[in-house]
Amino acid sequence: MSAYLTGLIVILCLNIIIAYSVFLPAAAGQLNLGAAGFMIIGAYMDAYLNSADDGLGLPMLLSVPAAALFTALIGFLVSFPILRTRGVYMILATFAFAEIVAGIVLNMEVVGGASGFPVSSHAELEDLLPVTIGVVLFGFYLISTRFGLAMRSIHDDESVAILFGVNARHIQVGAFTIGAFLGGLAGALYGHQFDYIEVQNWGILFSIFVLLYVLIGGTQTPWGPLIGALFFTFVPELLRAVGDATGWELIGELRFAVFGAIIVGMMVLRPEGIMTRTFLELLFRKVPQRSPQNPPNNMEGV
Amino acid sequence: MSAVLTLSSVTKSFGGLAVIDDVSFDIEQGSRSALIGPNGAGKTTIFNLLSGIYEVNGGQMILDGVDITDIPSRDRINFGMSRSFQNIRLMPHLSTVENVMLGQHHLATSFKDIFYPIGFRPKNKWAEQARAALSDAGLDTYSSQVVSELPYGVQKRIEVVRALMSDPKLLLLDEPAAGLNAAETSELQTLLEKVSASGTTLLVVEHDMNFVRNLCQHVVVLNFGRKIFEGTTDEVGKDPQVLEAYLGGDASDVA
Repeated sequence: MSAYLTGLIVILCLNIIIAYSVFLPAAAGQLNLGAAGFMIIGAYMDAYLNSADDGLGLPMLLSVPAAALFTALIGFLVSFPILRTRGVYMILATFAFAEIVAGIVLNMEVVGGASGFPVSSHAELEDLLPVTIGVVLFGFYLISTRFGLAMRSIHDDESVAILFGVNARHIQVGAFTIGAFLGGLAGALYGHQFDYIEVQNWGILFSIFVLLYVLIGGTQTPWGPLIGALFFTFVPELLRAVGDATGWELIGELRFAVFGAIIVGMMVLRPEGIMTRTFLELLFRKVPQRSPQNPPNNMEGV
Repeated sequence: MSAVLTLSSVTKSFGGLAVIDDVSFDIEQGSRSALIGPNGAGKTTIFNLLSGIYEVNGGQMILDGVDITDIPSRDRINFGMSRSFQNIRLMPHLSTVENVMLGQHHLATSFKDIFYPIGFRPKNKWAEQARAALSDAGLDTYSSQVVSELPYGVQKRIEVVRALMSDPKLLLLDEPAAGLNAAETSELQTLLEKVSASGTTLLVVEHDMNFVRNLCQHVVVLNFGRKIFEGTTDEVGKDPQVLEAYLGGDASDVA
């Protein structure tokens, strides 16, 4: 595999993990614009635990889960004030959370401040791939449980879900905390792939992109974040390849303008995302079984 | 016969306007009762007070011997009451069987119940119970379809099945027949008679008087937030106060 393709798949894997991190709260009706905050916490915590010189020198096998759990704990604690807000206010609250995290880490000399922090151990794509597959399977599993059913019910109609005994607050805190865990995991794995982390990697644009993967992919099914991450990782690269092949500057150099136009188009044409429940049904529809009570209507088309 | 539901002097006002004014009535165990009245009489408000969407300003609501007046809405389903809605409130992005499984939610309390992949493994007691209930209601052909695509009459019946999954003693139905055609109404009535035969008490808000006459024995009539009549379905059409509420005063009074 070429280095270019390997690098692309690494980015894809990280994008998929962070997409599930934002998808889980979104599936329960909570829009999270704080993906960058979770990535930063996970990446720095892991790098500090892992670093032999400046930190504790733990092996990756311990530092990565520990960093993800620590991020989950932070996510759990901030979920209480954040989940008091709704809609656009929740977007602002999660955005503010990410900015606060970035501000704090930028001023922490123990992890290098603004100049960044080196990561001691390096992991290969072969280490990242199974984790990514595990995260995707976990996303599908969680949505298929009663916990997932409650999440999706809250997304559709919170007040009715509550009347049926769903503890909306517990479910939302749970979804947000698991999302934080996955965000921390993505951050920690990022550090081990690129060997160097700095806060500037995870600005507001990053959080917006991740929220876009999820919304463009669709929040109704666990296919959404997978499709969204694939779309966002590969379409700009495809545009670059097409631009190089044809020599069209419009597609090659200005591919992000074209990509932006594609996103606007998708939002107009498919506001519920690429992968919706009805689309999924269309793809996997079983051959309709005709029961004797409903004989085929032969008059159709006559 | 004992009362499964007792309202005593229930009062609710929005701002200075009393929308429910000192309303008291009993619903007998196993009965089929109707709550009727002209538009704006406060019928749906009574349902919203019962299910805890609104808090009462005064009075008491006793459900099967338990005072539910101050119990939060999320917990009321545990005391044996569930409801359907005037406008369909199914979860539009869930399939029929998933919507029905939401009705079982308060019965699933253990860790295993919450984290068992009911969607992946169709052979589990929750999904099987939900499918059996749909099949009883003649809705099994729609099990795996997303509800937003289904006909209105079918969605109305799915709402009833969802409400039934919590195994309620008292089922509140808010205009179950509204917007249904004659065939759908009779299908709904068959379903509700079956439900009633199994011992569940029905309390129905409905404008379709034929439907009420066919289904219910006991009627409570509200007008402007006050109870103006309580009695049997046969008597209600003869009561002068009820006639006045629906048809206006006698022409000779005006002249």
